[in-house]
Amino acid sequence: MIEIVPREQPSRRLTAGVPLLAAIGSLLLAAIPLAFAGAPIIEAYGQMFTGVFGSLFSFTEMLTRATPLIFTGLAAAVAFRAKLWNIGGEGQLYLGAMAAVWVGSGMIEGPPILMVPLVLLAGAIAGGLGMLGPAVLKTRFGADEVVTSLLLNFIILIFVQMMLEGPLKDPMSLGWPQSEPIIDEAVLPQLIAKMRVHAGFLLAIGTAVVAHVIMAMTVWGLRIRAVGENAAAARHAGMPVKRIFLAVAFASGALAGIAGVSEVAGLKGYLTTDLSPGFGYTGIVVAMLAGLSPLGVVAAALFIASVFVGTDSMSRTMGVSSFLADLTVSMSLICVLLGGFFARFQIRRVRTEGAA
Amino acid sequence: MALPVAPVPHALPGSGAALIASDTRHEMTTSKPVLSLRGMTKRFGSVVAADHIDLELARGEVLALLGENGAGKTTLMNMLFGQYTADAGSVHVWHEDGAEIILPPGQPQAAIEARIGMVHQHFTLAENLSVIDNILLGTERLLHLNRNRRAARAKLEALMIHSGLEAPLDRKVRDLSVGERQRVEILKALYRDVRILVLDEPTAVLTPQEADTLFASVRSMVENGLSVIFISHKLREVLAFSDRIAVLRHGKKTGEMRTAEADTASIIRMMIGEEHDMPERTPGMPGDTVVRLDSVSVHPERETRGLRDVTLDLRRGEIVGIAGVSGNGQSALAQILSGLLAPDSGRIEVGGESLAALNPRTALAHGIGRIPEDRHHDGIIAALSVAENLVIERLDDADVQRGGFLRRASMAANAEALSEAYDVRGPGIHARSALLSGGNIQKLILARVLETHPSVILANQPTRGLDFRAAAEVSRRLIAARDRGAGIILISEDLDEVLSLADRVLVMHAGELVETDSRERASIGQLMAGHAA
Amino acid sequence: MIDLLQIFLSDSFWAASLRIATPLIFGVLGALMCERSGVLNLGIEGIFVVGAMMGWLVAYLTGSLWLGVIAAALSGGLFGLFHAILTVPLGLSQHVSGLGITMFATALMSFAYRTIFPQVATPPRIEPFRALDIPVLSDLPFLGPVLFQQTALTWLALAMVALVWWLMDRTALGVAIKAVGDNPDAVNAQGLSVMRLRMGAVVAGSALMALGGAFLTMSAFDAFFFGMVNGRGWICIALVIFASWQPGKALLGALLFGMFDALQVRLQTMAGAVVPGQVFLMVPYVLSIIALIIAARKADYPRALLKPWFKGQR
Repeated sequence: MIEIVPREQPSRRLTAGVPLLAAIGSLLLAAIPLAFAGAPIIEAYGQMFTGVFGSLFSFTEMLTRATPLIFTGLAAAVAFRAKLWNIGGEGQLYLGAMAAVWVGSGMIEGPPILMVPLVLLAGAIAGGLGMLGPAVLKTRFGADEVVTSLLLNFIILIFVQMMLEGPLKDPMSLGWPQSEPIIDEAVLPQLIAKMRVHAGFLLAIGTAVVAHVIMAMTVWGLRIRAVGENAAAARHAGMPVKRIFLAVAFASGALAGIAGVSEVAGLKGYLTTDLSPGFGYTGIVVAMLAGLSPLGVVAAALFIASVFVGTDSMSRTMGVSSFLADLTVSMSLICVLLGGFFARFQIRRVRTEGAA
Repeated sequence: MALPVAPVPHALPGSGAALIASDTRHEMTTSKPVLSLRGMTKRFGSVVAADHIDLELARGEVLALLGENGAGKTTLMNMLFGQYTADAGSVHVWHEDGAEIILPPGQPQAAIEARIGMVHQHFTLAENLSVIDNILLGTERLLHLNRNRRAARAKLEALMIHSGLEAPLDRKVRDLSVGERQRVEILKALYRDVRILVLDEPTAVLTPQEADTLFASVRSMVENGLSVIFISHKLREVLAFSDRIAVLRHGKKTGEMRTAEADTASIIRMMIGEEHDMPERTPGMPGDTVVRLDSVSVHPERETRGLRDVTLDLRRGEIVGIAGVSGNGQSALAQILSGLLAPDSGRIEVGGESLAALNPRTALAHGIGRIPEDRHHDGIIAALSVAENLVIERLDDADVQRGGFLRRASMAANAEALSEAYDVRGPGIHARSALLSGGNIQKLILARVLETHPSVILANQPTRGLDFRAAAEVSRRLIAARDRGAGIILISEDLDEVLSLADRVLVMHAGELVETDSRERASIGQLMAGHAA
Repeated sequence: MIDLLQIFLSDSFWAASLRIATPLIFGVLGALMCERSGVLNLGIEGIFVVGAMMGWLVAYLTGSLWLGVIAAALSGGLFGLFHAILTVPLGLSQHVSGLGITMFATALMSFAYRTIFPQVATPPRIEPFRALDIPVLSDLPFLGPVLFQQTALTWLALAMVALVWWLMDRTALGVAIKAVGDNPDAVNAQGLSVMRLRMGAVVAGSALMALGGAFLTMSAFDAFFFGMVNGRGWICIALVIFASWQPGKALLGALLFGMFDALQVRLQTMAGAVVPGQVFLMVPYVLSIIALIIAARKADYPRALLKPWFKGQR
């Protein structure tokens, strides 16, 4: 018989190594579906690698893909730290994007030095409000924010569709449901000529650093950790638990909202209902893979973006379904969960015979 | 029914377990043992909770297992019962026909089949189920239709009559009182025809009178061949109720003797390892009123038992002890003073202000230091470091932050100084406080509370679960704070602690607070049970 | 008003309500079993996809609908077992594990579908379950068309309500499952295995969830599409709270929900010109949130829900 015993102190080496092991583990596990699909496995891995690191273009594509994931990953990481289960990143992303095109497609005109921050601010507020809703329902009525934020994703996506067929519809789009384009002044500039990677990436890195500083070095970060770890004791110690919870909800939603702004204003230029292939949900994996650390989010987002971009490239040349990327990403979440278990617990064999 | 039970004699008259005369006791049975524990050992991480403990139990005997909290009593019993898997050692049980069996470790089912029953200190009842569902849980085939229970019901009713333990079979457990729940726990064991019954701190939640009734019931079952292991840290009960005593300390058995021959001083020495060194109570010198509760009421549905029209004056330089069985309104009182609960009516006067309610912030601002009852739940944030936990009540202070940035160096200096002064031992000030022992966590909280020199201290069960040395240290600190001029409200279910520390004694029952001049256990016990003195 | 009355009097409205409710009945019952034992199963959304895909696939390959149903239940149970292993003996976060199972199951099913059926113009179809036509009864006025336009899977769902009610309320096993969701120590002290009870409940509950998915591809439609589950699993998680974890109320909740959804479709055709169609599409999700808000205040959550339990730990 075996017994599960908590480690006296979570193994530091394992805790630090878990994300890496999980990433490698999920990549190795991807060999099973690859074999199932009948692809030559070694070549497929090679193709995935060159699909990311093979050229400057492919590498910058990966950075482009990582940009929204850093934001949604931060959104999840900050919220989960306070034990706020924000699963609505996808919806908040669309809210942010919608606010960006609303403000940024000609409603207001100004120099880029003002327009870009304005669009970002609009998106952040929209996303923030998108999570404030479920958080208020939680504190007012006790309605589980997991379910409400999840369901809001569906509502918001339908709402976006409605807006794109109505008030936000681009009259020039010939019936195609898409918004008017963002005006040039509000566009996030490209970083490298002819490459799609844009200033949103630098903004994402900067945001991660700021988030790290706040969480690790300020009294607000301490309060957020306190509320997340033990809300009862935080309240007993005189912290305004509800206010902190709501503030975290707003911040988390705002981060997801900025992901949406960055996609519209940096990459696509206009809003459609296929803006995000699930960046909000993938953000949860990014956050977990990062161990909820803001700087870890950057690394995790780069890894997951590589999986997506690499698999896409491999998929095109070898005809393997690109759902392999989603599969690998989901497996990395399960791996990191399992890894966290082994860092915190050890499994001991215990004798089963009754002899003295 | 395999267990012969006879009608119980009436609960003994009078109060105080000491009235159970020693002639009703079995003389130390020399008959065959029913149970033998050999070399039982259990480690939790680096802590050895039980270290090669041997124990024998004879048929029809009450063996008291005595020891302080953390001595290993509950751990030992949990191994016997298969809740914990022993790291070493074996459990031998003898059937009535003399056949010896060895219980496989870590299997509650084996203990149940050997007809060993345990009444846990923390009730193991499913509150969303009825009493009968709880009792029959695990005794029926899983697809058994639970409408077909005539036989089970008849057996239970007979059992209740014979044992004198009544419980409403069809009520949900969540609607029962603590005393009723405990009776359900015992009935659960008896229903399985136990031959060996383990009672883990059974009187912790009972009034002295209820405890006497319980002892009388158990005693009559023992007369009929039941063997009992009775776990307690209350010396008085143990001397009154047991046939034999085994003492544990730090996971080791330090002594064993017949109760009739027991000598109190030597037992205490075995329990705590050295001479009894209780802080001497010096009389306080009460000054002005620092807190006044004026006709404060809380509806019973909002917090256990609520409060009924409670008025309380606390003066500078005194310790007011609040005795009573837990769950009689103490938690409402404590929460009001901690700022966690707003009373329905009444006023709170503190620091010259009259308020309808406090919140944790205003409580702190008015100089009320709080030592919470559940230190793990309310007192510390386990994932934060010792240094961080020491400042969580004053995060806005200039030595903690500047412009929102934490002043790590100054926090560390603060933590070093306080750990030294209050003897907080652990893996260091930057380690997560989860790694501290219960006693050190309590010292951490004490340090946090006392360093701000509060004018009022709410100490709610401040020594619960601490070993003797840590408890004495806490008591000494409280007395010192009082002598510096703080007013202290001490809520404790340990009457001995109240009597040894308090300058004034109040008793809480059913949400009401009554002051008493008496220092006698019996008359205070009457008040605790709700009888006028 | 007259129009609304007409809707409520038409048998097709009630038949549609019951049809829409069917997958939710399976899902809510499944979630109920899991949560009663103390395990939140957010894998539900993915397990719906598994049921939809596996049921349809096996029916497509073997030509037997019932084999498909069995395959759906088994594969749903398998994913349930995965969630159970992660959350019960290993005690990992039920939230994260559930989301992980949903992501994994959805990705795996999509990958498998694409690999087995590489880009085809028209999705392969099966011959789905037909309405059970019972002579005489089907001809009853009103009731006949409402009840006997339903397929065998709807009947199975109703039978499952009775079965789950019987199991939870009338058997010792049900009592034990409820006990383990309230206080695992109580169950352990009485010599029952917390682990087996919880894992059993999660596996059985997940099998039920998968049947809800199977209904979509084998009764409501005749093919598998990506995104066809569309939040139905999450809706069930909201409904089980609304139903306060009782099978009878679960049926009621699912039916109410089906009614509103059926009503919404009819109103859409009536008011389509004035109100954008999307407003109606939002209705199910908005309703779920409202149901949750109504129920949350007095919700009597199983006390041990979300709390891992380890043997012999202190």
